[in-house]
Amino acid sequence: MRATIDGNEAAVSVAYRLNEVCCIYPITPSSPMAELADEWASHRQPNVWGSVPSVMEMQSEGGAAGALHGALQGGALATTFTSSQGLLLMIPNMYKIAGELTPVVVHVAARSLAAQGLSIFGDHSDVMAMRQTGFAMLASASVQEAHDLALVAQAVTLRTRVPFVHFFDGFRTSHELNTIELLSDDDLRALVPEELIRAHRGRALSPDRPFIRGTAQNPDVYFQARETVTPFYARTPGVVEDAMAQLAERTGRRYHVVDYAGHPEAERVVIVMGSAAETVRETVAYLNERGERVGVLQVRLFRPFPARALVEALPASVRRIAVLDRTKEPGASGEPLFLDVVATLAESHADGERAVMPLVVGGRYGLSSKEFTPGMAAGVFAEMERQRPRRGFTIGIDDDVSGSSLPFDASLDIEPPGTVRAVFYGLGSDGTVGANKNTIKILGSEERLHAQGYFVYDSKKSGSQTVSHLRFGSQPIRAPYLVQQASFVGCHHFASLDRVDMLGRAATGATLLLDCPHPPEAVWDALSRPVQEQIIAKRINLYAIDAGRIAREVGLAGRTNTVLQTCFFAISGVLPREEAIARVKAAIAKSYGRRGVEVVERNEAAVERALEGLNRIEVPDRVTATRELPPVVPADAPEFVRSVTAAMIAGRGDQLPVSALPVDGTYPSGTAAYEKRNMSELVAVWDQDLCIQCGNCSFVCPHSVIRSRYYDKSWLAGAPTPFRSIPLEARGLPDTRYTLQVYIEDCTGCALCVEVCPALAPGEPARKAINLAPREPLVAAERDNIAFFETLPLADRSRVDFGTVRGTQFLEPLFEFSGACTGCGETPYIKLLSQLFGDRLMVANATGCSSIYGGNLPTTPWTTDAEGRGPAWSNSLFEDNAEFGLGFRLSADQHAELARKRLTELRDVLGTELVDDILIAPQLRESELRAQRERVAEVKRRLESLDGPTATDLRSVADHLVRRSVWIVGGDGWAYDIDSGGLDHVLASGRNVNVLVLDTEVYSNTGGQMSKATPLGAVAKFAAAGKTVPKKDLPLQAIAYGSVYVAQVAMGADPQQTLTAFREAEAYDGPSLVVAYSHCIAHGIEMRDGLDQQYRAVASGHWPLLRYDPVVRADGGNPFLLDSPRPRIPLSDYIYRELRYRVLANTNPAEAERLLGLAQQAVEQRWKLYEEMAGRGAPRFPADARKDH
Amino acid sequence: MDLSTDYMGLRLRNPLVASPSPLSQTVAGVQRLADAGIGAVVLFSLFEEQLRREAAQNARLADAGTESFAESLSYFPTDADTEVGPTRYLRLLERAAAAVEVPVLGSLNGVTAGGWVDYARAMQDCGAAAIELNIYLVPGDPHVSGRDVEQRHLDILTRVKAAVTVPVAVKLSPYFSSTGEMALRLDEAGADGLVLFNRFLQPDIDPETLAVVSTVDLSSPAEARLPRTWISILHRRVRAALAATTGVEGPDDVVKFLLAGADVVMTASALLRHGPEYAAELLAGLSSWMERKGFATVAELRGMLSVPPDTDESAHERAGYVSVLRAANSSVYGQS
Repeated sequence: MRATIDGNEAAVSVAYRLNEVCCIYPITPSSPMAELADEWASHRQPNVWGSVPSVMEMQSEGGAAGALHGALQGGALATTFTSSQGLLLMIPNMYKIAGELTPVVVHVAARSLAAQGLSIFGDHSDVMAMRQTGFAMLASASVQEAHDLALVAQAVTLRTRVPFVHFFDGFRTSHELNTIELLSDDDLRALVPEELIRAHRGRALSPDRPFIRGTAQNPDVYFQARETVTPFYARTPGVVEDAMAQLAERTGRRYHVVDYAGHPEAERVVIVMGSAAETVRETVAYLNERGERVGVLQVRLFRPFPARALVEALPASVRRIAVLDRTKEPGASGEPLFLDVVATLAESHADGERAVMPLVVGGRYGLSSKEFTPGMAAGVFAEMERQRPRRGFTIGIDDDVSGSSLPFDASLDIEPPGTVRAVFYGLGSDGTVGANKNTIKILGSEERLHAQGYFVYDSKKSGSQTVSHLRFGSQPIRAPYLVQQASFVGCHHFASLDRVDMLGRAATGATLLLDCPHPPEAVWDALSRPVQEQIIAKRINLYAIDAGRIAREVGLAGRTNTVLQTCFFAISGVLPREEAIARVKAAIAKSYGRRGVEVVERNEAAVERALEGLNRIEVPDRVTATRELPPVVPADAPEFVRSVTAAMIAGRGDQLPVSALPVDGTYPSGTAAYEKRNMSELVAVWDQDLCIQCGNCSFVCPHSVIRSRYYDKSWLAGAPTPFRSIPLEARGLPDTRYTLQVYIEDCTGCALCVEVCPALAPGEPARKAINLAPREPLVAAERDNIAFFETLPLADRSRVDFGTVRGTQFLEPLFEFSGACTGCGETPYIKLLSQLFGDRLMVANATGCSSIYGGNLPTTPWTTDAEGRGPAWSNSLFEDNAEFGLGFRLSADQHAELARKRLTELRDVLGTELVDDILIAPQLRESELRAQRERVAEVKRRLESLDGPTATDLRSVADHLVRRSVWIVGGDGWAYDIDSGGLDHVLASGRNVNVLVLDTEVYSNTGGQMSKATPLGAVAKFAAAGKTVPKKDLPLQAIAYGSVYVAQVAMGADPQQTLTAFREAEAYDGPSLVVAYSHCIAHGIEMRDGLDQQYRAVASGHWPLLRYDPVVRADGGNPFLLDSPRPRIPLSDYIYRELRYRVLANTNPAEAERLLGLAQQAVEQRWKLYEEMAGRGAPRFPADARKDH
Repeated sequence: MDLSTDYMGLRLRNPLVASPSPLSQTVAGVQRLADAGIGAVVLFSLFEEQLRREAAQNARLADAGTESFAESLSYFPTDADTEVGPTRYLRLLERAAAAVEVPVLGSLNGVTAGGWVDYARAMQDCGAAAIELNIYLVPGDPHVSGRDVEQRHLDILTRVKAAVTVPVAVKLSPYFSSTGEMALRLDEAGADGLVLFNRFLQPDIDPETLAVVSTVDLSSPAEARLPRTWISILHRRVRAALAATTGVEGPDDVVKFLLAGADVVMTASALLRHGPEYAAELLAGLSSWMERKGFATVAELRGMLSVPPDTDESAHERAGYVSVLRAANSSVYGQS
């Protein structure tokens, strides 16, 4: 049976059917395997033996590996799916599993490891880091192989008892849609006979026939025992061959542990593993047709290394070999595959088997999903012709530092002419990718057609661009690289034409479909000069449609996918027009049927209207436009931003040479300000006549686009005419003016500011002091206004009232314009952190949403103040963030102590009064901190004239004399799950660190999987049937220590309490924990209602606001403060406004009712407990036993 | 005292029926109504349009943010966007019908042909004793003709009748040029009951906020006159059972409707005002009135004061409905 699926689904389809237990944990790009397994299990879909696999989400990959090991020792067939850091966390268990000869297949979507930076994209760094564990390693190169070899691995592991990692390239294979032949249950059963399963069960731990496994061994026997397994590994390549032969008998698809393709007497051969093998094979065929003698050897089994098969497969004629590794091992004499090949050939030559020892060079390619194209493959073959081919080369980049990179012809096109190639540029929100996936499924189901789809996403979570690469043809499509010569280009967002070179991928004579808001006669004139030039030069057929308008009119505002998909079918000719339209409609009924009549009808209307609204645009024979493309970043941006950041923003990052990039992953702060994304058509606009200057809008703005300044009216001289200013609402400052400035080019139009604004226009209930209005007409004037606004003086921090929301609007945010979702519930908290403590803030950020919108290139939001100070931010890992942040503290304390010591030593030289003042200075209030900064500056001035080791030493640590604020920031997946143990330890450390948990009650960054913060009754991935265990009470756990300041806050319910908690936590000399309710797109809410939902979460008692302050206890007061009133709305009034709860009420009302009842009960019970605690009195809480407190 | 009543072939212990209201939104609410002695319960209405809107909104929310960022290509399990459909309603119906002895009727407000038929059938499958078609239609488009509006009622009824075997009542509005004729046509088309009348919950205007606001006012006894008039006219002229609704406050209002010819008397407002237990008081009031007036069964008094059918015939020839009504009013009710 044919199907068009991606590599993840291809692999898990087999893994699920052949296992009894799946131990899972989400990590990109393997998550969909776990998600599908969980979903199938929740639908009670059985494996091939009729039982429904048990799917268990763990707290980390380490946990998943542990559970896997246990399940295997219990005799079950068990599996797991992972990538990258997840695989690293499994390594300790992998040694155990292999050492005990336990059959298992771990499926890996191979991904880069975090080194100088994290990367979610594909290469072999992760699997190469576990090659020494004793697991066999089988590499799939395509979606079909990911399906077939998943079965081969399972068949072989049971036969040989050697555990397997079955891996394929992350994203390139895991996320590529391709048409494949599916394996039937019978195929699976045929290769995995039940007696092997029973043999596995027979080896399991059982009290009925007890033995011990997992002993501690001594020097006398450990070595020998380690050698016992050697025959098992020796047998494995042969058994893999047998299983592959058996598979071929049933399916006709023939694989080998190594596969040679190319000229039978090839002189030059590339050896490669993974999807690149497909590209090299196609290129080899192309080159041989042109008279070359080249070949490719694809390695499928990497461990145990099939030395014999490799030597036999390689033609005797081979004189030169290039081994391509998709990983980098700095400092090694070569990458792993290269070393194995060299050793194998050397041994073979030394043994006299091979007369000639070929020249073997190794090279690297494709790290982090870097493209590997036929041009690059040809470049490697060309290099082998040189007298002395480069060793340790790189291909696909420009290494101008070490000179390792090979030249290649980027334009080499070897694809069969019959293949239709199409590229679509859309926005994440418009449904383009979904529609293209649909298109691929439509065409892939045609008997005579094969289809392939690959999707490139943005680095931002809001206003993001997507690029879909589609191919259709009569032959199976083996082109695991992006479309370069498209016959069809869809531009689904007109404004993006000014920012992205869409026609760069268009072939001559291609068709361009523009979604364009202009009428047909105005389309040509709306294009910029460079775009017109390309259209004429490439003889582009131009079509246009106002898809946005049609979508709005049929009730699908913003979702232009159906309109544009219809246009594609109408003009691409890939299927006869009438047939294509009928197929689109059938697909609509299928895809949207479950969403109800309304949705289907609207989409059907979109199809009809699309056909009416499509226009062919006559292309003049000459360029008429004078408009140039806007600059990527302003001309006055710093050099690095102009030369490096701008290239990344413009999509030219691939062309940056090695020398352009920092050597150690260190990048400048504050680059987001240079990327004016203009992503929202509607933006916030201030109505000064209504404004009461409360600061609420600025407080909640997730993207820090609302700023306030007050200043003497004399500053207004020279203000641009449209600049707005009103008298400051403050007694005693009659000549002081106030301006609230919106950075409209950075505004995402989320409307949280409008929702929170308390000032209504009399007689106009819809108008407030801040409203949304179209951006376009305002841009020019607001640019001038912003430029002027930035010349106004900043508030003196020592005079700003830090204690009120109103006051904080005058504190400069040092976190701005991030790529977080529109209306994000997390970023307002982070911004507040940066406003309050930014100039002395150190942030340890757990991997997750906040590390992505906080640190994903090209531009990052953490920035600096006018003095050049600002948050120092870093992301270590997901599983270690609490510990990482504690390390910041330990280091800061150590250096502060050193500074005080050196200062004391130099007391007489530097001035006793100054030194004493510094040593005893209180540093709680901003005014005190300012004073200390001035004293330290004075010390540094005096040090300038001093020599000697003590003075030099003091200079290097003097900054530490100003108290640093260490914050450990992360989401609930981090705090409640993967680093729960670390967080617990850090809170118990007694050290002065502050922990901010941005609690979205779900793994947001990886797409909504359940965490231990997910509440009872909520539906999430891995909890499709509703969570049946209540949310962990993290604050209460921390309170139990007695030495931890704890707060639970929700900005939308009580911003003042949030502010107070942040300040108290920071001021507390010990560990602090602030758990912040963060509404999230994964809740299934209208994001503009996010703050209202926060209010309801508190009003219903789901999220009580509280503070626990050990200082108050020490003073004899009650340290437990309940800041929110008694629950005053039923839980249902809060939860049923969110899709995550409604899903269950819709699909299983009885269960929803039951869980709601229990959740309501839990709310009441917790409230009673908290009320009792709030009235308990100091002596009934544990004392803080730290000596110096 | 025998209060038992036949309504569309359903045997009720008395003629007091709870009409759709928030009281019937939970099983416990239905239970309370039954415990208070009510003869039957019509569940609150299932609004197809609302379900469609909800489905579209859920689909939009499930789509939000998807296929944008490589790590989170979706945020919900794949079936999170599945159309809600009438699942919740049907489950309530099923559980309510199982929980109480008295008949539980489903009430349906559809917008599409498929919606009316499918939901009606589903209600029957879930134990609805009968189905009340709540044809809440405000022809806001001034170009729609009266005949079209009438035809729509007939079409809906015909389709639903063809789809279910349980009795089907039509709850209609009084706003027809010829309400009587409409009733007769529905009767001919197979309506098992006519519920007179639906109240349009017209929006109000708040002069303070300058906003149009939707409010729900409970009905008052004065509003009972209109349905009572029509019931008295239609009694014995239609095969269909007649249900009176609107304006029941005290036992007298129940009595008056029965005298005018209603088979059952429905109330929501009184029960909302005074609580479901008030049903017992209404029934006690009815019994004591019957006792005082010497009626042993409801059947004896039903329609006593309806307009005799022959009056209609001659009057129709003479001066049509209006004069009949005048005559009826002066002779029967002593008013003009």
